[in-house]
Amino acid sequence: MKRRRNILIWAGFAVVLIALVSYIPVFALFPATRDVPWATYLLFLIGSALIAAGVRRAFRDPERNRGKISGSILAALSALLIALFVASVTYYSKQIPSAEAALGVSQKAPPFVLADIAGNEISSSDLLRNHRGLVLVFYRGYW
Amino acid sequence: MRSFEQHLNEFHQRDVEVVAISVDSPAESQKLCQSRGYKFPFLSDPKAETIRQYGVLHAKGGEGGKDIARPAEFLVDAAGTIRWVNLTDDIRVRARPESVLAAIDRL
Repeated sequence: MKRRRNILIWAGFAVVLIALVSYIPVFALFPATRDVPWATYLLFLIGSALIAAGVRRAFRDPERNRGKISGSILAALSALLIALFVASVTYYSKQIPSAEAALGVSQKAPPFVLADIAGNEISSSDLLRNHRGLVLVFYRGYW
Repeated sequence: MRSFEQHLNEFHQRDVEVVAISVDSPAESQKLCQSRGYKFPFLSDPKAETIRQYGVLHAKGGEGGKDIARPAEFLVDAAGTIRWVNLTDDIRVRARPESVLAAIDRL
């Protein structure tokens, strides 16, 4: 009997890949799916379940299902990719210095004069003269 | 950044300006603002002097050991006093504009 292609394994691996590559361009855009990446984890879970079901049927009924080797390889690869993502969000993205030195509430905000994107010098005192308040958003930059 | 842009009108309605600060050059920030459509000021602090004064330096955090800013948000009132601060411990997790707006409404 011709053995059928084990679509579950490949579909599962595709879901895992989609989960991984969609985080930055899609889910990281929305705080609700960025701060705790539950949507990504859910996709990982679905992908893993599909792969597991595919590998299970490949080993249980190898006469009819292919995928003993490819399934094992893709399962291991998926586990590696998932581990990489989990490490990134739980460890690597937290590798910033502590904020002990940061100024706190009721301290004076140090004045500044900095160039904007057109090269014009912008001073904090001018900004505060023209507005009721300022929100300063410090970010890492893209270098 | 994107969520601040989306709520920019609400900040402007309260007469509060949003300002982004990093070590990026004006040219780099201009590219960013053009590609993402940011309309609030992006200021360049190449030597991280202002970043250092606010205590949000990430020493050698950038490419090639360059000093950069750690993510942080400050609300400064018209008298130049800091009224609200958000210091994350995770570069992915930034202040939500809603919480800054709520802090402004409490001023």
